[in-house]
Amino acid sequence: MTKTFKIVVLAKQVPDTRNVGKNAMKEDGTVNRAALPAIFNPEDMNALEQALRLKDRFPGSKVLLLTMGPSRAAEIIREGFFRGADGGVLLTDRKFAGADTLATSYALAMAIKKMQPDIIIAGRQAIDGDTAQVGPQVAEKLNLPQVTYAEDIMSIENGKISIKRRLERGIEVVQSTLPVVITVNATAAPCRPRNAKQLMRFKHARTLTEEQDNEHNSYLPIFSLESLIIPEWGVADVGGDEANYGLSGSPTKVKKIENIVFQAKESKRLTSADQDIDSLIKELISSHTIG
Amino acid sequence: MNNIIVYIETENGKIGDVSLELLTKARSLAKGLSCNLEALLIGYKVSELQNELFAYGVQKIHIADDPRLVNYLTLPYSAITISLFKEEKPQIALFGATSLGRDLAPRVSSALKSGLTADCTSLEIGDHTDTKSGTVYKNLLYQIRPAFGGNIIATIINPECRPQMATVREGVMKKEPLESPVKGKVNILDVKSILNNEDFIVEIIERHMEERKIDIKGSPVIIAGGFGVGSRDNFKQLFDLAHLLGAEVGASRAAVDAGFADHARQIGQTGVTVRPKLFISVGISGQIQHTAGMDESAMIISINSDPDAPIHQIADYAIVGDLNEVLPKMIQSYKKNSK
Repeated sequence: MTKTFKIVVLAKQVPDTRNVGKNAMKEDGTVNRAALPAIFNPEDMNALEQALRLKDRFPGSKVLLLTMGPSRAAEIIREGFFRGADGGVLLTDRKFAGADTLATSYALAMAIKKMQPDIIIAGRQAIDGDTAQVGPQVAEKLNLPQVTYAEDIMSIENGKISIKRRLERGIEVVQSTLPVVITVNATAAPCRPRNAKQLMRFKHARTLTEEQDNEHNSYLPIFSLESLIIPEWGVADVGGDEANYGLSGSPTKVKKIENIVFQAKESKRLTSADQDIDSLIKELISSHTIG
Repeated sequence: MNNIIVYIETENGKIGDVSLELLTKARSLAKGLSCNLEALLIGYKVSELQNELFAYGVQKIHIADDPRLVNYLTLPYSAITISLFKEEKPQIALFGATSLGRDLAPRVSSALKSGLTADCTSLEIGDHTDTKSGTVYKNLLYQIRPAFGGNIIATIINPECRPQMATVREGVMKKEPLESPVKGKVNILDVKSILNNEDFIVEIIERHMEERKIDIKGSPVIIAGGFGVGSRDNFKQLFDLAHLLGAEVGASRAAVDAGFADHARQIGQTGVTVRPKLFISVGISGQIQHTAGMDESAMIISINSDPDAPIHQIADYAIVGDLNEVLPKMIQSYKKNSK
């Protein structure tokens, strides 16, 4: 019998900060955050793919998503289902609000303790904060080894996992014991698309909060199909010291936020015509901008 | 006394630029706070680097030297750093925002339950009054960083917890040795008493690191390509022009992610910040994440076939045209006009 693994993927719902279009800009030139779509954090998608590949290699393994956020973050769990995950948990509680990376890591670590996985995989960083701190901090809270900047989980043999890391200046292959926390780069394989069967099966998966908020209560057999209920966990479910959650568990405070204002500056328009290019180059040479 | 400790990153027996930049900044912060500047150096046979650190004004160097520490490993390096910080109680601890620093610093901050701010672009000392309690905090470290995809600049503080920790991006601060080095002290750490076998459960099986040959930060002229360049092959035209002008080739994140250029060339919020004399932007749309890393260039020339590309708005000369046409013409014109 082949070995199976329980894998938890940490994923975050983030505003899409990559493509701030004109409609997401306020008149004063700053970003209207509410106008940005909420998406599955891109590197967490790469993390999910690594987990699904392990499930392919070790049939019977389970891939579970863990996300923290408001009620609508249940979309992350559904998206995970559509792409092949077996389940997930939404960590949601007002007491989590205002958490910095440390308090976030504490909450995730408490939930992971309850889930007891063999492998924890997360994206390297989320595009709204770009901190890359939550992975290592979760590992420290769980007293587990961490392997960051992973590009490929190469093998698991005799309880040792081999991972290729892509660093700024090269690559490294490391071997770790299990359990381990792995964070995955955008250079890793992209996530597989949604699977039609999974989509049909899980499109009605929802949290009890979503079910209650659903005005047009569809009376779907949600309560008879336990696999369609996305569990919601709060502080009471995961335990731990309340002081470590949310704002009180966050040593860092935001003192000030300045919006970047986009200003148009006077620029000279040129075309690709020979005389335009030629006069530009001549000007650059005569001003000693180029040698 | 609660001093400032800078983590010194090394690769192939050399101190990383980012560490020297941090020391230069930390030196002026320490002066303002009337405290000492200290450094933490971990590795194997790293003691010989101490003179270079004294030249940057380090008053005390803590050295952890052991054959097992020849390459960076999260667990032993963080164990040493945590142990030292518990002992020395620095008020500020700084790390480079490199793949090493961004692996090490969060682990350390979690163990010490202190706050950490990633990827700072500026550090200042200032006071803070808590609006609720009215408590006044003197001489806090203002950790200033872009956030939200570069659309905002946030100032982060850690009022209560120590050390105040930050990682700082490479290339955003100057590196400047003192005219004459200080006569500092060396503190050799007892590595064997800090580490145990458990700290070595992650092993490095293979390692291929490249010497940094690419120096886009130091180049007075940069030609950078974006996703619009279209292919790794097309990028060769940028190299041709760069070769001719003695310039370096940079790239946007989209171009790096697409595999057109190596990561070491990435310019922008997640790459390096550059401010050359001349920046030629080719096939880059001009998202804020990229322009945050180049908009302080003395002169910007943009080449993009899309007349509405945002990059044209920050350019001094905006060429609306196809790069496959413009680049060869620039090369030709330069050859003709330069002596």
